[in-house]
This record gives sequence, structure tokens and C-alpha cells, in this order.
Amino acid sequence: MALPKLKADATSARLDALTLPKGAAWAVEARKAALERVTAMGLPSRRDEYWRYTDPSALVSVEAPSAALLTDDEAPVFGTVDRIRIVFVDGVFDADQSDPMIGTGIEIERLSDATAKDIHWARDLFGVLEARAQKPVERSLAALNTAFAADGVVIRAVAKVEKPVNLIYLHKSETSDAMLHNLVRVEAGAEMTLLENGPAAARFSKLLEVDVSDGAAFHHVRIQGRDHQRRAVTHTFARLGQQSRFKSFTLTANGVLTRNECVIELTGDDASAHVAGAAVGDGTDFLHDDTVFITHDAVGCESRQVFKKVLRNGATGVFQGKILVKPGAQKTDGYQISQSLLLDDDCQFLAKPELEIYADDVACSHGSTSGAIDETAMFYLQSRGIPKREATDLLVLAFLAEALEEVEDLRLTEDLRGRLEGWLARRRR
Amino acid sequence: MAALDVTEVREGVDEATVAAVARLSGKYKYGWNTDIEMDYAPIGVNTDIVRLISAKNEEPQWMTDWRLEAFARWEKLGEPTWAMVNYPTIDYQSQYYYARPKSMAERPKSLDDVDPKLLETYKKLGIPLKEQLLLAGVEVAEDAPERRVAVDAVFDSVSVGTTFQAELKKAGVIFCSISEAIREHPDLVRKYLGSVVPPSDNFFATLNTAVFSDGSFVYVPPGVRCPMELSTYFRINAENTGQFERTLIIADKGSYVSYLEGCTAPKRDTSQLHAAVVEIIAEEDAEVKYSTVQNWYPGDEQGRGGIYNFVTKRADCRGDRSKVMWTQVETGSAITWKYPSCILRGDDSQGEFYSIAIANNFQQADTGTKMVHLGKRTKSRIVSKGISAGHAQNTYRGLVSMHAKAKDSRNYTQCDSLLIGDKCGAHTVPYIEVRNNSSRVEHEATTSKVDDDQLFYCRSRGMDEEEAVALVVNGFCREVLQALPMEFAMEAQQLVAISLEGSVG
Repeated sequence: MALPKLKADATSARLDALTLPKGAAWAVEARKAALERVTAMGLPSRRDEYWRYTDPSALVSVEAPSAALLTDDEAPVFGTVDRIRIVFVDGVFDADQSDPMIGTGIEIERLSDATAKDIHWARDLFGVLEARAQKPVERSLAALNTAFAADGVVIRAVAKVEKPVNLIYLHKSETSDAMLHNLVRVEAGAEMTLLENGPAAARFSKLLEVDVSDGAAFHHVRIQGRDHQRRAVTHTFARLGQQSRFKSFTLTANGVLTRNECVIELTGDDASAHVAGAAVGDGTDFLHDDTVFITHDAVGCESRQVFKKVLRNGATGVFQGKILVKPGAQKTDGYQISQSLLLDDDCQFLAKPELEIYADDVACSHGSTSGAIDETAMFYLQSRGIPKREATDLLVLAFLAEALEEVEDLRLTEDLRGRLEGWLARRRR
Repeated sequence: MAALDVTEVREGVDEATVAAVARLSGKYKYGWNTDIEMDYAPIGVNTDIVRLISAKNEEPQWMTDWRLEAFARWEKLGEPTWAMVNYPTIDYQSQYYYARPKSMAERPKSLDDVDPKLLETYKKLGIPLKEQLLLAGVEVAEDAPERRVAVDAVFDSVSVGTTFQAELKKAGVIFCSISEAIREHPDLVRKYLGSVVPPSDNFFATLNTAVFSDGSFVYVPPGVRCPMELSTYFRINAENTGQFERTLIIADKGSYVSYLEGCTAPKRDTSQLHAAVVEIIAEEDAEVKYSTVQNWYPGDEQGRGGIYNFVTKRADCRGDRSKVMWTQVETGSAITWKYPSCILRGDDSQGEFYSIAIANNFQQADTGTKMVHLGKRTKSRIVSKGISAGHAQNTYRGLVSMHAKAKDSRNYTQCDSLLIGDKCGAHTVPYIEVRNNSSRVEHEATTSKVDDDQLFYCRSRGMDEEEAVALVVNGFCREVLQALPMEFAMEAQQLVAISLEGSVG
């Protein structure tokens, strides 16, 4: 079916401004295939059902809207953890600020290097999970990333890796427009932790494809930078083998527009996937969108989605979550909760928590709630002499706790909680 | 019930439930057809057919124009594809849009003049068209007050007759076919028709606006409590014929009316189209209860035939403190596409939606509700139970929207699904849109998420958790059934056996 004219025009305008990166034949082929997907689907518009609550026009426009830089006065994120730091400034690799890409049980290299080699394992992963995830819902911005992102990191974990890999995305130019594409393969029985932080650019498109092999574990914790005007669309695609574990947590504060899509396929029996997010937003400019799609295609798997949003001064929160249980995926345990705490009357929470179930011996539940701070709890705290502002902050932290609990490493939890407290403290009037 | 017989029911699903589902959705009892001479309009739909339907109903020019405008719009529209239902492309030109029993060519003056064959049809369906008769299957205790139901019987494209009209008139209630209302009460009809579901609403509503042939009309004047239940019974009989009826219910200030709707059709191998529009207007302090037992022919065990049911039902709670309650039991139709909704415009207005949808064999149901909160302190409650068996697909699709001005409003939604067998599907697609912070919205879809207080109460009386949950959930299911009027007692009795134990969410 031909695309509507407006969509076709917007898509070709965007594509005309981009050039395909060079590389080995297999990489060029993968990028061309991704470009064909983009051309066939067209870039998203507000009229698309999947974008009914989030206007993607700033993510699709030819020029990235500019974003003022924030002087970050907080201690470096994850600073208390011994980690391998890899730094990108406005989407460009910075060797000087990065640690050597060496670690025990882990192989790390840049995507631009991997895609230049004629023979590389990345061939089996690059754009592969993204392409698989285009059905039943189109994600053309992800295909755009596969086609045009020239760099990123490629990681292969072969053992239980002690040191986390930390991708740090710095934002130094008000008009930067960055795309990065990361690949991770956790080999059978191996384990690793990936940390990500930083605003990255005025406009940032980031894609992560993760292949978690049988019995492997992948932990992912990220903090999306505090810059107020940044825009970001991120995609996480994961494929889970038998008895593997996947855990991802994201803390988002500020930013004009953030759309985090997470697509997980449980393909091996008894695998487990947890995705969680805490987002705090202030002001009518803030929009945060968590879009999650979890497919159960094996027996005895567990999935858990926990998304919490605290919104104030007209901020908007969006949640689109889906659990799809394919025929035969018996003994599935699916859980999904999306909640919003609206601190002011002009905030909005828009949610579409879906279930699609084709197997009868499963337990899937979802819940979604939205409302103001519980007056009884507030009264209780105030009656114990806690001032209203502090009581509010306490209740906000308590509300976010269920999402934070998804982070296993307590040092990281502390770091995250500290940042949330900082965010609240700056807003104490 | 071949499909269920071969299904292995997993542990944890109540046997009585399986039996009740089998009974309810098993052998279709109303599959016979009435052999009667019919007048058909030429096959297909075009402006001539629209004019012909309008002429047959002796409509004024404004009505004809309204239809033609809708038809012109419909021709430009595409069929919606977002629902989770699959069916072969409908050829809108290969069916009849108007079919009337020959004997109805001259409008009967009273029910006594109606063709005995038609009366026989309704008798066989258990619908009393003689005013002194009670509904079949309803036993009334001797000292109970007399219960009477006024019936408007619609057979294919025309209304056959309406009972108790004289007595209702005494109370000031107008209850007649919509074609009669257009002739007799044009001002009322013109004021309200299309004001809740505009001609531009959706593909099927637009088609209905152009070609609806009959339906029911109710007007309850201010302060009047309608002295009896009103009901419409829809029967599709003719082959290859679509039924397009239109219902308009107006409850003026401070009035109350309870309205029932039933529907059946003969067994045929080809599918038939049914696209109805129901509009309800509730003014200040008015209350409307609308109950449906939808039992259109669902098709056979192989999925052949059955009614394609595309229905637009919407209530406008215009006045402050008005209340509308939808209760539906959906057991029939090959395809159900139906979202009875409430626009809660008046302050303190209330909308309720109780639904049990049972799909078996190859049935597909995509049903739910929309609660649009516009007024302050508006309340809505949604309780939906979906049960799938055989190869059926059952989807709950709903919208709860709290507008910025709907301060201090409240919604509670609970949907549960139960799958019997591993070839069927159960889906939930809720849309939740909250645009102020003084309103509370809660959506739940699981048996383990029952009210903590109730659970605690049961536990404190020595029940174990499982027992307590089962009790509370079954209580919920009964709540839907209790919302059904007495006239559906037979259906309700069978449904009571259904438990939601083993729900999958």
C-alpha cells in the first residue's frame, strides 16, 4: 500500500539529508535492507496509532531542534562503581576520555570497526532483532537507526564479567543530532552489566540489540541526562534464550521528549525478563513515553514491567505496554504495572496497557492507576510533624520504590535514589 | 458442541463453568426460520435504495436529505480495520437492505390485524405480543406485583407492532417504532436523532444513518417513572438481508426507564450483516437502564454463517446527576464489534457498564466501552468478563477518558478473561487518558487483584486466600448478572454457573 503523501514526503526529506555509512559488504547490505524498511513503512506521524499520545514530529524533522546545555553540578553518575568507561560526545567517540576497551571475559570494540571487517559475529545480530520487531507494530525510527548510525559499541561477554561497561553520552553542542547503535551478545552462561548515562545530544537516537544466550544474564541500568530541552528516542531489542535473565531499569529526569521502546522476545523456556522505569518530569514541555512489547514464545517464562511516573506542572506521561502470549507459551507468568502520580492538576497520564493471550494455562495481570498524592498518607505524615513539602517528597520516593527495587546492585540503587532526591530538593519551594 | 467436547480442560477451571458455556453457546435454539412471503427492495445499496426506504416509511424531506447526505459520506469511507476480528470482505452490494413481510404492506391498525404467522414467530421465541401474557420462563410469586413488559417487535426491516402503547400514553411515555415517531413526533426526533451518534461517527453508523429501516423510539417526559419495562425484540428472518435498526431513547428531566433488547436469527450458511445504532439521551436527574442479551446466530462449529454484528451504542448523560447503565450478555454473533459508551457531560453524572461476553467455536468478539468524563465529580464503573472456548477470540477494548475539567471524577475498571482450551484467545486493549489530578482511575485485570478489604474480611473469617479470592470474584460476576432485569432470569440462571476461577487476566 502506498504511503500517504504527507508521510512519504516527510520520510524522503529526512532520508535525503542522511548518507549511508561505509563498511564491509555485509554491513552495507544490512543498512540497505534497513533503509528499504524505512522507505516502505515511512517515518511515524501523529496519525499513527502507535504514536497517538506522543508527537514524533521533532524526531522526524530534517533538522534537530536545538537544546540548551545544562551545567551538571552533580557528582558523576555511577562514579562509585569500578567500570569500563566509553565516552561519546554528541554521538562521536572520544578516545581521550574513554578507558581502554579491555576487560576480563569481555570483548569490546566500536561498531565502526566491527562493521568494517569482512568476517564478524556482529553480522548475525546487527539489524536482525530490529527487523524481527517490525511486526506486528512498525518501528521505522529503529530501522532508520540501523541504516544510518555509523558508530556505537559491540560487546561480547563470554564469562561472568565483574566490571560493568559504562557508555557515557556527553552533550556539548546545542544543535547536535546523534545516532548510535550498540550490539551485545551474552554467550551461554555468561553475565554482564551495561550502564548508560547522559543526554548525548540535542536529539539522540539510540538502539541496543541484545542477544542473551541460554543460561546467560544481562543487567542494564541507565540514566537519561538531565538536560531540559533534549529529545531522545531509544530502542532496546532483546532475544532471550533458555533460562536466561534480562533486567533493565531506566531513570529519566527532564528532557522535552523521551520515547523509550523496549521489545523483548522470550524464545527459550524458563527465561525471565524484567523492564522497569522511573520518570520524573516538571513543566508542560516534558513528555516521557515508555512503550514496551513483550512476546512470550516459550514455556514457563516470566516477564515483569514496572513503570512509575511522577509528573508536575503540566508534564505528560505515556505508557504503552503489551504482553503477547503466543499459542503454546504455557505456564507464562506476566505482570505489568503502570502508575502515575500527578502532583498538579494540569498533568496528564495516557496509557494503553494491553494483553494478547493465546494460551490457556497462563497468569497475566496488568494494572494501571493514576491520581494525586493520597490524602490520608499526607495527613498521617503531617500529623507526625513532617512539613508538607518534605512529606510530598517522601511519598514520591515511596511511590517510585517498586520500580527502583528492580535494580539488583545496591550501590546503583543508592546512586539512583540520590539523584531522585536531588531532583526533588531542587524543586522544593 | 463439538469444539468443546474435544477440548481438554486444564486444571483449575471449574467444570460447571465449562458445562454452562457449552449450554449457552451450544446448540442454537432460535435457528429455525419463518416461511413468509416477503417484499424486497432491489439488491444492493445506492441513492435509489436510500430514497426507497425513506419513501416506504413515509418520511418528510429533511429525513430523506439526512439519509442521502450520510450515504454520500459513507461512499467515501473505508471500513475500519483496527478491531481484532477477521472476516472475509463484506460485499455491500450483494445483499438486501429492505425486506418486509408482504402482509405488512398495509400498516396493521392493531396487533389483532397482524399476520398470524408473525405473531406465531414471536410466540415461538417466547416474546409475548398479547398484552395479557407474561414472559415465558419467568415465574412470578403469587403475591408479587404484576410485572409487565411493553414490546416493540422488529421483524427484518419493519416493526410488527408495539404493545401497551395506550397504557404508556396515559403516563405520557411515547413508545413506538422509530418510523412511526418520525411521522408522529417529528420535532422530538429532529431535535435528538443523530445528536449522540452523528452521521459522521463511524463507517457502520454512517451506513446505518443512510439505510436504517426501523427501530424503536422512547420518550419519557419529565418526572415520569416509566410504569413498565420497555423492550425491543429484533428478529432477522430473510436470507441475504442486512438489518439496520435505529433506537432513540430520551429520558427527560428526572425520569426513569428500563429498556431491554433481545435478538435472534435463523441458522444459515452465509453470514448476514447487522449494523445498528442506539442513542440514549439522559437529561438532568434522569436514569436509563439498558440491558441486552445478544443472541444472534453465531455460525456453526466450523465457523460457517452467523451474524456480523457491528453496533454503535452511545449514551449522552447531558444533565447533571443523570445516570446510564449498560448491561450486556453477548453470546451470539460470528463477529461482534460493539462498544456501548457514556458521555458523562453533566456534573455528578454516572455511567456503568457490565458485560459478559462468551465466545465459542469460531466466534470473534471485540467489545467494551468508552467512558468519557467531561463533567465534575462524574463516576464510571466498568466490569467486563470475557470467556473464550473452542477457536474463539474475545477482546475487551475500552476507553476511559478524564478531561481536564472533569475534576474529582472516578473510574474503576475490572476486566477478567477466562480461556477454555488452548486454541482460543483472550485480549485486553484498554485506553486510559487522564488529564487532571483530582480524578482517580484504576484499571485492573486479574483475579488476584481483588479488593484488599474484602479479602481481609474473608481471611479474618478463616478462609484461605484462594477461597477468599474465588468468593470475591464470583461475587463480582454475580454483580453483572444482578444488573440484568428479571426478564432475563432464564439466561442469568445459566450464567450464574460460570465462575471466573482460573482467569488469565
